[in-house]
Amino acid sequence: MINSTFFFNILRFILLVLTQVLVFNNLNFFGYINPLIYILFLYWYPVKQPRTTFLAISFLLGLCVDIFSDTVAINAAASVTGAYFRPVLMRFIFGVNYDFQSFKLRNTTKVQQFTFLLFLISIHHFTYFTLEIFSLRDSFIVLKRTLVIVPTTLLFCTLFISLFSTQKE
Amino acid sequence: MQQIINFVIRYKVFLFFIFLFAISLLLTIVSNTYQQSKFLNSANRISGNFYKVSNNTVSYFGLREENERLSEENQLLRDRLYNRTLLYKQPLDSTEKNYTLLRGKAIKNSFANQRNYITIDKGSNDSVKQDMGVITAKGILGIIENTSAQFASVQSILNEKSNINAKIKNTHHFGSLVWNTKDYSTVQLVDIPRLVPLNVGDTIVTGAMSSIFPENIPIGKIVSFDLDRSKSFYYIDVQLFNDMTNIGAIYVIDNLKKIEIRSLENETELDD
Repeated sequence: MINSTFFFNILRFILLVLTQVLVFNNLNFFGYINPLIYILFLYWYPVKQPRTTFLAISFLLGLCVDIFSDTVAINAAASVTGAYFRPVLMRFIFGVNYDFQSFKLRNTTKVQQFTFLLFLISIHHFTYFTLEIFSLRDSFIVLKRTLVIVPTTLLFCTLFISLFSTQKE
Repeated sequence: MQQIINFVIRYKVFLFFIFLFAISLLLTIVSNTYQQSKFLNSANRISGNFYKVSNNTVSYFGLREENERLSEENQLLRDRLYNRTLLYKQPLDSTEKNYTLLRGKAIKNSFANQRNYITIDKGSNDSVKQDMGVITAKGILGIIENTSAQFASVQSILNEKSNINAKIKNTHHFGSLVWNTKDYSTVQLVDIPRLVPLNVGDTIVTGAMSSIFPENIPIGKIVSFDLDRSKSFYYIDVQLFNDMTNIGAIYVIDNLKKIEIRSLENETELDD
C-alpha cells in the first residue's frame, strides 16, 4: 500500500487544497463564481481501492478546504457525497469495462471521461449549494449557482486534466 | 445478532458514508443556529499562517492603493483636528478613555458565500477578544467571532447571521443592519418605522445601542427603500462605503466600558 502512488496522492491532496483556497477561492468572477477544483482529487484517485478509505480521505479533503474557507463542514459533506457516488457513476458511464481488474481511467474515451467529470461535479456542487443555502425558500439561488458554477468548475478541471495528463501516445 | 452483523458488513460503505455525512450535517446545523465552530475556522494556527504568507506576497501589489487610502484617511482626520470647535480635553488617564483601537491587516477575505468571514493578523496575543468591532477607514467591517493566539476571524457584515445596530445619521431612528446575501456591495437596514422621513442618499451610521461599535461610524448610503410586508416598517437598501472586495488595513475597536454596560444590562434583565 505504501508506495509511490501513496505519496503521489498525498502530494496531490495538499497541492489541490492549497490551489483551491489560495487561488480559486479568490477568483470571484461576477462576485460569486468560485470554481471548486479540489474535486479533481476524486476524479484522479485510483479506482481499485477500499471504498471506506476513499470516503475517509474525501471527508478529510473537504474538511481541510472548509477550515480554510470558513464554511464549517459543507465541503466535507459535498465531497463525501461525491466520493460515495463515484463508483455508481463509473459503472453507469464506463459500463462493463469498469468491472475488469485492468480498468484504468486513461484507457477510456474522452467523451466518457468528460461525462464522468460532469456528473461528479454536478453531484458535488448540488450538495454543496443546497447545504450552503439550507432553506427551500431560496431554491432558485441553489439552482442558479449550481447551473453557473458547474460549467466553470468543469472548464478549469478539464484544463487541469489536460495539463497534467500522463497519457503518452 | 448474526443478521445484524451481516447487515453491517454488507452495507458498511453506505453506513460509513451516512456517518460522515451526518457529522458534517450536524456541524453545519449547529453553526446555523449557534455560531461559527470554535475549531473549524481559518483563524487557527496552520491556515492562519498559510494566509499570512500568501498575504505577505499578494499585498505588495496593492501598496499604491493602500497608501492612497491611508493618506485620504489622514486628510480626513487632520481636517477634523483643525476644525475642532468644541473644547475638548485630552484625557490624561487611560482609564478615562472609552475605546481603544488596534491596527491590523486582513489576511483573508471572502464575499461570495452566504456566510463570509475575514481573517485578520491579530489574535489573543494582542488581546483581541470575541465581540470586538472591526472597522476600516471607510466604514464598519464586522465583529470578531473567534480568536487564536496570532489570528482572529471576523464575522463580516456580509454574513446572513450578522445583525448590527444602525441608524440614520443625525437622527435617533435606529434599526438593524442585515444582509440578504444577494449583492456584496449592498446591505439592508430593517425595522425603521414608516413615519421616519427618508431620502435616497441619506447616510447610515452605527447606532448607540450596541456596546461593540462607537456611535456614528459610517456604514453606507441609502440607494432605495420600500415598505416591508407588514407595511409599517421600511426595508432599506444601503450601499456600503467600504469596498468589501478590497480590504487591507483594519482597526479592532475595544469598548472599555463594555463589561460595565453588559453587567448593568444583565442586572436589569434579572430584575424584571
